[in-house]
Parts: sequence; C-alpha cells; structure tokens
Amino acid sequence: MRWLNRTFLITGGLAGVLAVTLAAGLRQGLLALLGIGFGAVLQGARFGFTTGWRDLIERRDPQGLWAQMLLMVLAAAFTLPLIAGSGGELVGAVAPLTISLVLGAFLFGAAMQLADGCGSGTLYKAGAGSPLSFVVLPTFAFGSFLGASHQPAWIAAGGLPAVDLLAFGWPTALALTVAGCGLVAWLAGRAARTAQGAAAPTPQAVAQQLVRAGTASFAAAPAPAPGTRWARRWWLGALLLAVLYLLHLVVAGQPWGIVYGMGVWGAKAVSALGWDLSGDAFWGVAPHAQRLADPILADVTSVTNIGLIYGAIAASRWNGPADFSLPAGKRLAAAAVAGLVMGYSARMAFGCNVGAYLGGIASASLHGWVWFALAFAGSIVGVRIRRRIGA
Amino acid sequence: MDNKKIFRAVFALFWLVALGLLVLDTARSSSVRVEPPPIAFGSGQAASGGHCSGR
Repeated sequence: MRWLNRTFLITGGLAGVLAVTLAAGLRQGLLALLGIGFGAVLQGARFGFTTGWRDLIERRDPQGLWAQMLLMVLAAAFTLPLIAGSGGELVGAVAPLTISLVLGAFLFGAAMQLADGCGSGTLYKAGAGSPLSFVVLPTFAFGSFLGASHQPAWIAAGGLPAVDLLAFGWPTALALTVAGCGLVAWLAGRAARTAQGAAAPTPQAVAQQLVRAGTASFAAAPAPAPGTRWARRWWLGALLLAVLYLLHLVVAGQPWGIVYGMGVWGAKAVSALGWDLSGDAFWGVAPHAQRLADPILADVTSVTNIGLIYGAIAASRWNGPADFSLPAGKRLAAAAVAGLVMGYSARMAFGCNVGAYLGGIASASLHGWVWFALAFAGSIVGVRIRRRIGA
Repeated sequence: MDNKKIFRAVFALFWLVALGLLVLDTARSSSVRVEPPPIAFGSGQAASGGHCSGR
C-alpha cells in the first residue's frame, strides 16, 4: 500500500501546482513547485535552523551551523554573479542597519527556541504534523501582520543605511561572504573541539559549571560525544536547499522569503473580520495594498510557503502516517506567545532566518550578519528560558 | 477518542478549511492583474514581488 500512498502524494502535489498555474500563471505554478521542493528537503533532511543553533549551544555540536554556513556559501556563489549581471531583473535581500533590526533579531532568536522552529521551521513542522508548530502558525501570521503594520514607525526610530557588499563587485562580495562563513564554521568547530578536549568533570568543575549556567548557558554547555561525524542529512540538505534557492531567485527575481507571505495571510484574515487597513502605514500603501487586493496565490512568498507546507506534509507521510507527541498545555501556550513575538520581531528585523539570515548573507548584505549575531545571542537566552519552562 | 485522534481530526479540518479559504480568496479577488513572465531572469522586467527585506 506504500506505493499507493506515494502515488497519491505525488498526484496531489502535481494537481496543486497545476491549479496554481491555472489560477495565477506559470511563474506562480513554478514557485509552488519549488516550495514543495523546499518543504520536502527541510522535512526530509530535518534541516532546522533552530535545532542547529540549539545543538551548538547545548551540546557543542557544530554540524547544524556548519551546514547553514555551507548553504550560505553555495547560495552566494550561485547567485551573486547572476544578481550583479542581471541589470535589475534579479535583486538580493538588502536592508538597512536599523535599531529595529538589532532588537527584532534578538527577540526572534529567543522566541524561535521557545516555539521550536523559525520561519521555515514553523511551516515545515506544521505541515509535518507537529502540534507545537501547528499552534505557532496562526499567531506567527498575526504577529507578522502587526509587525509589518508598525514597521515604518520602527524604521523611523533610526539607524544606518544598508551596506550592500555587491557595490564592491561580486568577486569581492563573494570572497568576504566565504571568509565570514568560514570564520563562523571554524569558531563553531573550535568550540566543539575545546569541549571534547575537556578533562573528566570534578566536583569543583561541576559546581563551576552550575554557576556559569546561571549566566551563560552557551559557555557552560556540555561536550558532544567525541568522534562525531558530519551527518549526511546536513550537508546534503544544504546542497539541495542552495540549488532550490538559486532556482527560486531565477524564477521570482528575488530571494526566497517566508514572513512577508505570512503577514499577507494575517492582513487578509483581519480584513475579512472587518479591520479597515486602508489607512494603515504599511498595508494601506503601495505596493502592499495592491498585494492585499490580489489573490494570495499571486503573492510570491505566499505561494512558496503553501508549496513548502505541502512538501513537508508529503515528506513526513512518504513512509506512512507520521507519529507525534502532544506537548503539555503550558508548553503549547508558551509556543503560541513565542509565535506572536516571532512574527512581529521578524518584521522589525526585515525577515526571519530565511529572508534575513540566509537571504541577507547570501546577497552580501551586512544586515544578514547583524541579524545572525543578534539572533544567536537571543537564542542563548531562549534556550535558558526553554529549560526553565521544562520544554 | 484519544487526544492524538482528536489532534489528527483538527489537523485535517484546519488544512481543509485553509484550502477552502484559499479557493474563496482566489475566486473573490476582483483586481485585474498582469501576469508576469514565467522566469524573471532574462525577462527584461525589474523584480516586483513582496519580500521581508522591505520591498
């Protein structure tokens, strides 16, 4: 019966792509197909940005972060020459270095550990049937809508203009991006080696570790098992995601994004409930007002998100029904609040782990690196809070 | 019915309702939209989609 299940899943995906093509055009149909690819790879490889960071913070396991850096390097190498030579047909994810970026990225990093998923993680886990992400999804969409609505005010609070390294030519931009990713990967590997080389804990060392845990969970993290190898799912996932990222840029003209579409869903939902957005500082002005008037299937990020959810549904049920465990009510409530914070803060910070972190760094925009630094610091705090609430 | 069965039922119902709303949204959107070329690269047109980076 497994073949019947798989035939059903493939047929369902192709029918969906055909329906999107008929309703919104060939470009949107192709983007839906790419979205299915993103969802299938994220779920199939369990490629979690949140998990990768938490593995490093808690267990000093650098594999997830290495894979993310490999993804950045490949995505930048594939796309920077194309963006530079496209004459405006293709654009990168470039944003200013505002105060809201700093605050938003930190909050996002903390909240994503509580919600057990970032932007892409929430979508693919919700599709895969995770009750936690299922609860996070609606609050994330509402937070994203609200954050976008307040974004003009946050930007007005001040900051520095965008720094686009492509202005120095794509070879320089790529070299700087590769050097940055290499440095992060080396530091992560060094942290793991240092932890592995530590002597067996004495009572004094354990006491010291407990004291340090009160101030910095990252510094006090226990060592991973020695001899751990880089699992295939990580590097293969990075490679496949980089290829999909390239194809998405070529088809859409812009990098892969998540949060804008979720904001559109939230805005459409509150509009349907009677919230008048015509005077809204974000949703009431061009081009965003037009995107609310257009069908959801005409929006680039929405259609990729929908494909991603289906891809995750299909991948999680490829070998039969997916199993799951139901978290406690307190944990679900904490995740719902975290989803609201994630959605809002992602709009303060010009995107989530996909639009700002991956898209920003792969586009050689300095805001991607600022996002990474602040969100990682936020994640260290988020992991501590997560422990306290027993997640 | 145990909790897992209830969640599975809610999960299926949620996505069915979401699909229904998507169909309704597509059918009810009345704006006239110019369909973009299938591939942006080589189209001669500037990128115009919404993105979280602020575009």
